[in-house]
Amino acid sequence: MTLQEQALPLGGIAPDRTGKYRTDHLLVAEMIAAGSKVLDVGCGDGELLQLLESRGIDGRGIELSREGVNRCVARGLAVVQGDADTDLINYPDDAFDYVILSQTLQATRQPKPVLENLLRIGRRAIVSFPNFGFWKMRLQLLVGGHMPRTENLPATWYDTPNIHFCTIKDFVQLCDEINVKMERAVALDLYGRPVPLNLPWWVWNMFGEQGVFLLSRGGKGK
Amino acid sequence: MTQLQSVPSPSIHSEDRAHEADHPTSPVAKFGIEQPLKLDCGIDLAPFQIAYQTYGELNADRSNAILICHALTLDQHVANVHPLTGKAGWWEIMVGPGRPLDTDRYFIICSNVIGGCMGSTGPASTNPATGKAWGLDFPIITIPDMVRAQAMLLDRLGIQTLLCVIGGSMGGMQVLQWTAAYPERVFSALPVACSTRHSAQNIAFHELGRQAVMADPDWHHGRYFERSTHPHRGLAVARMAGHITYLSDAALHRKFGRRMQDRELPTFSFDADFQVESYLRYQGSSFVERFDANSYLYLTRAMDYFDIAADHDGVLAEAFRGIKTRFCVVSFTSDWLFPTSESRALVHALNASSARVSFAEIETDRGHDAFLLDVPEFFDISRAFLESAGKARGLDGTGS
Repeated sequence: MTLQEQALPLGGIAPDRTGKYRTDHLLVAEMIAAGSKVLDVGCGDGELLQLLESRGIDGRGIELSREGVNRCVARGLAVVQGDADTDLINYPDDAFDYVILSQTLQATRQPKPVLENLLRIGRRAIVSFPNFGFWKMRLQLLVGGHMPRTENLPATWYDTPNIHFCTIKDFVQLCDEINVKMERAVALDLYGRPVPLNLPWWVWNMFGEQGVFLLSRGGKGK
Repeated sequence: MTQLQSVPSPSIHSEDRAHEADHPTSPVAKFGIEQPLKLDCGIDLAPFQIAYQTYGELNADRSNAILICHALTLDQHVANVHPLTGKAGWWEIMVGPGRPLDTDRYFIICSNVIGGCMGSTGPASTNPATGKAWGLDFPIITIPDMVRAQAMLLDRLGIQTLLCVIGGSMGGMQVLQWTAAYPERVFSALPVACSTRHSAQNIAFHELGRQAVMADPDWHHGRYFERSTHPHRGLAVARMAGHITYLSDAALHRKFGRRMQDRELPTFSFDADFQVESYLRYQGSSFVERFDANSYLYLTRAMDYFDIAADHDGVLAEAFRGIKTRFCVVSFTSDWLFPTSESRALVHALNASSARVSFAEIETDRGHDAFLLDVPEFFDISRAFLESAGKARGLDGTGS
């Protein structure tokens, strides 16, 4: 419990305003220093970008859906219509301090090149995704015998945009494989609370409903 | 319904149009021989004049000025009655109190482009050397020339930095040229339904229009004014062809389908049996009343020559290197004259230059002309973009 309290409430946000933002967004915002230049890939309707801009962060976004983009622009945010799978290559190296991929990795066609591009464009990347190893998921497949559906992932298997689900363990392995350094990792439980830090990975993989990772480029020679 | 069996003769007299070219019904900035306009073709144009309109009030620190760049066949009469046609301004839907370009908050400027025929120096203006209209003696002008002239007008008005430059189509080209040539003078830019270069297809359509004008026996190699005539048939055909490119198949189908004009059955003749024919003829004939045929040749040529990347060793991103201007690029799904792919290429270049850019593609079946029509999503985006630009520039949110 004490560890949870260390992580929340988050600095810079008045307690009465925290309800306005999603916990995972607050967690991402907390990882970014003011004055940074940030690209949010798959920024939806711009909720996270607006939070970042309110904290003096220079935010840009890419969003696939036209409706999402237009809502962002109407909010005064700098967002372009684009596709994480095809458009990241158009950004130059080191263009941003941080590139964020919030709840979007599982919807990309090629998660590995996308991840590599994130860390080419940005010096750091922040990636969050739903953990398919979460106990509720496992239980639904094991006992129910059907593809899992949760409050946060309500789509059926045939109409879901999420085509590349992974577990926290899978993601950690991928980072290892492409030589990405994990600077910080947080698992959030079903209620958006961080899973205590001192517990082993398998507990995170079981009880984390989603994972949030701060990544940087790994050293050479691996 | 007006029945138009052929393109009728104009009801506005050539003299009225000629008078407007030299003595416009709007403020004019005159530049003497000591202040020539340096044209891309190598000629110094002097003396010359720029006709313009303004709306709203310039604030004390001169930070609320917005420049509207008009499209090919439009002019400076954005939000007032047109002096020749008597019709409402072409962008009243966008410009006015409480509108996205809010005249209670912003100081709005729009000038007739160089080469135009509504009071800025162009082929219809009087050549001081001969005392007659320039005609084809007028030098070829380019989009950068138009922008250079606008910059001189702003100097005259004492405005260093624009809060925003906004324009659609040829106006959008000018917006992009503004950011490439004078990035420090443009705080934000809203290029709409445009491109960084004119495509081969677009050049082809323009050539069609020009050939139609030049094939008209009343054109007289551009010296029609000496014979008190005007190649209105050729210019009307050019306008009709152009107008088709401003619409879309879906918009034409929705508006007219195959419906007949004031009749049940075909007449088995070449009359305007179909509503779409009648509409096009009307568009053609009303256009020639207010527009100079030579001006049409010059302005279409200026668009054809436009290619920002070519001026920067073929690398578009170089044109915007290190730019601080905030961009909002807008395209329309059914615009096949300046398709979204053109805007996307611009956005990629701006991203590569690390510019602060928004890009919205708006769903509409109304084609290229959508930027002139009632498209609420476009209004919302323009309003929000200007508000955020104003906020970033420290404009008071409640008034000028």
